[in-house]
Amino acid sequence: MKLSHLKVGEKGTIVAFTDLDMSVKLMEMGCLPGEEIEVERFAPLGDPMAIRVAGYQLCLRKSEADVIIIQ
Amino acid sequence: MDIKVALVGNPNTGKSTLFNRLTGLNQKIGNFPGITVDKKTGFTKLASGKEAEIIDLPGTYSLYPKSADESIVFQVLADKENDSHPDVIVLIADASNLKRNMLLYSQVADLGIPIILALNMIDLSAKQGIEINLDKLAEKLGIQVVSISARNNIGIDKLKQAIANTNKIATQYQDVDVNFLAPEAINAIKSKLNSDNDYYALQVLHQHEHLTFFTEKEQEEIEHIEQSHHFESSKIQAAETIARYKHLSTILSDVVIDKGTEKKFSFSDKLDAILTHKVWGFAIFLLILFVIFNAIFAWSSYPMDWIETGFGFITSIGHKYLPAGMLSDLLLDGVIAGLGGIFVFIPQIAILFAFISILEDTGYMARVTFMMDKVMSKVGLNGKSVVPMIGGLACAVPSIMAARNIENWKDRMITIMVTPLVSCSARLPVYILIISLIIPSKTVLGVFNLQGLALMVMYLVGIIAAVLVAWVMKFIIKTKERSYFIMELPVYRMPRWKNVFYTMYEKSKTFVFEAGKVIIAISIILWVMASFGPGNRFENIDKKYESALADTTKNTDHIKTLVATEKLENSYVGILGHWIEPAISPLGYDWKIGIGLITSFAAREAFVGTMATIYSVDGGDEDTTTIRERMSASVNNRTGLPVYTFATGISLMLFYAFAMQCMSTVAIVYRETKGWKWPVIQLAYMTAMAYVAALVAYQLLK
Repeated sequence: MKLSHLKVGEKGTIVAFTDLDMSVKLMEMGCLPGEEIEVERFAPLGDPMAIRVAGYQLCLRKSEADVIIIQ
Repeated sequence: MDIKVALVGNPNTGKSTLFNRLTGLNQKIGNFPGITVDKKTGFTKLASGKEAEIIDLPGTYSLYPKSADESIVFQVLADKENDSHPDVIVLIADASNLKRNMLLYSQVADLGIPIILALNMIDLSAKQGIEINLDKLAEKLGIQVVSISARNNIGIDKLKQAIANTNKIATQYQDVDVNFLAPEAINAIKSKLNSDNDYYALQVLHQHEHLTFFTEKEQEEIEHIEQSHHFESSKIQAAETIARYKHLSTILSDVVIDKGTEKKFSFSDKLDAILTHKVWGFAIFLLILFVIFNAIFAWSSYPMDWIETGFGFITSIGHKYLPAGMLSDLLLDGVIAGLGGIFVFIPQIAILFAFISILEDTGYMARVTFMMDKVMSKVGLNGKSVVPMIGGLACAVPSIMAARNIENWKDRMITIMVTPLVSCSARLPVYILIISLIIPSKTVLGVFNLQGLALMVMYLVGIIAAVLVAWVMKFIIKTKERSYFIMELPVYRMPRWKNVFYTMYEKSKTFVFEAGKVIIAISIILWVMASFGPGNRFENIDKKYESALADTTKNTDHIKTLVATEKLENSYVGILGHWIEPAISPLGYDWKIGIGLITSFAAREAFVGTMATIYSVDGGDEDTTTIRERMSASVNNRTGLPVYTFATGISLMLFYAFAMQCMSTVAIVYRETKGWKWPVIQLAYMTAMAYVAALVAYQLLK
């Protein structure tokens, strides 16, 4: 399941990435396989989204959240 | 200076606060040699009596750069010949978010420069229930670990002590042995560059294209090694990142005890529920914009008046006491007048940057970026373009510098290209003058002042134009790089007033020096062009009025002004004004406005001064009338109609809204894009847009 499919308040664990370049950027920001992610909120116009990961809040576009596969 | 210390850390870890805490006002901004990234340095006294130079490096999440600013970090740390290469690194990490912050530590430590770890915001993390065993961490890493709170001045002396104690030989244990990632390529680079550091070699393989300290031959050789060993940059970087986090997990596992993760974000979350709300979020943002906007104009009017009066005073004193002559005139009417034109903007710039720095410091700006990204990405920009575009309301120069935070090249380029369309403070005097000439001061619907509305419309025109041009450029500018938006949302905090003050001071200083150089140069050139004419035209004018001036029974002031007008008309500037008249008369302008256009090519605000000069000498003997009244009464010699009609006024304001007319912006775009291509494109498209808009407006309205 893709991260972008989660609703506000839902949690998931990162299992893989579908895009190599983007995965490097995301991993640097603490989005590692095995980390738990919680969707905090969406921006007023529905995109980007804010997630809770590795003890802080990160925002990213839905298109970027699409490369994160969660469980 | 006995020791060089570089501050390295993630964004939002309090690096700037620590830098300010260590150096106070004893700091300066320059450029890193050969590149246009700002270099902040300062000095601090250590307890031992030694003096340390502190270098503030741009905040970054890793040694792999995503923006121009970030690429400097590895550049400085890797190049021993670089002026800024440190003896000691202080790595600042946010104690409440240690694991992610330690990724950068792990990379920097492996470069083999002596390192100290400073855990910042220790008071905050303690409140959140995070316990960190400093001794154990220090022992595991093999370095000094100091806990500090830069904001509350805790532990700063201990950090200074640690800097003084640091050995010049690195003591940290190697964090991750990266050799396994690409052994052959790494070893080849090591022997090529005569280095024994695996991580340095690996980074060179990744980043050599951006490293300016290699010669062309070295670059080719490195490229060859990369090719022949099939070095796959992204894959290896991903593997390295995973290996580092894995290692960090084992180190941090019994060092950090977190007892209260749930509670610590509750305040920020509550605020976010309102501040990024679908309706309230935008309403509050607009309200804040309105407050800033209002403050820039309302608060700055008094200091601006003082500055103008002050410079006027200096000029008049100068004319009174300095020996009359060329040199005095050049100094007073060229240089001092030019300086006055720059200093007058300091209040507006200071106020704007005070607000921007408060919004950034509190964490609100990140939310604005978050809210606006969708809208901005539709027109080819990025959420992060909001900051330069708001800044454009004061001045495009510092705003274009602020666009460096945008990682994506295309997004950054479009932001730079459209920011000067946002109406800056230099257009304000022009708008105000012309609005007062063509728009009656009436109140409509009980509350709205017609002139105020007109001013607001002019600002809207600028913003709409910027958005439209960005949208067009989205299709024209091509890039292989993907636009992305991955950003940390920091928790809300109180602004640090000292930082706000430093930002105001720094930005004003940068503006005065960056824009100042150009404007003074142009002022001098204009003064020369307005003070001299070809051949003996000036002498003939003097001769013509000689007898009239000699008549002491009459008031000669009027004749003097006639001489001055005629001289201006016959000066190089005046000739140029006449020469371009055919090109500008379809826009509704006469040669006098033409002179104004030429003089304000360097800086828009020069228009008002030029008009003041032309009309103060042209107006006749009634000294009581204001320039505005004289302009309003002026008549076109050829048509016999007033020069400043509604049509001409609108045409002129549109011209000033769109035309580039700012040498400082051209200069800064050149600096930021490292070439003439972009500033020339910008100058061309903006001038064309200004001309067409003015032409259409005048022809429709006349």
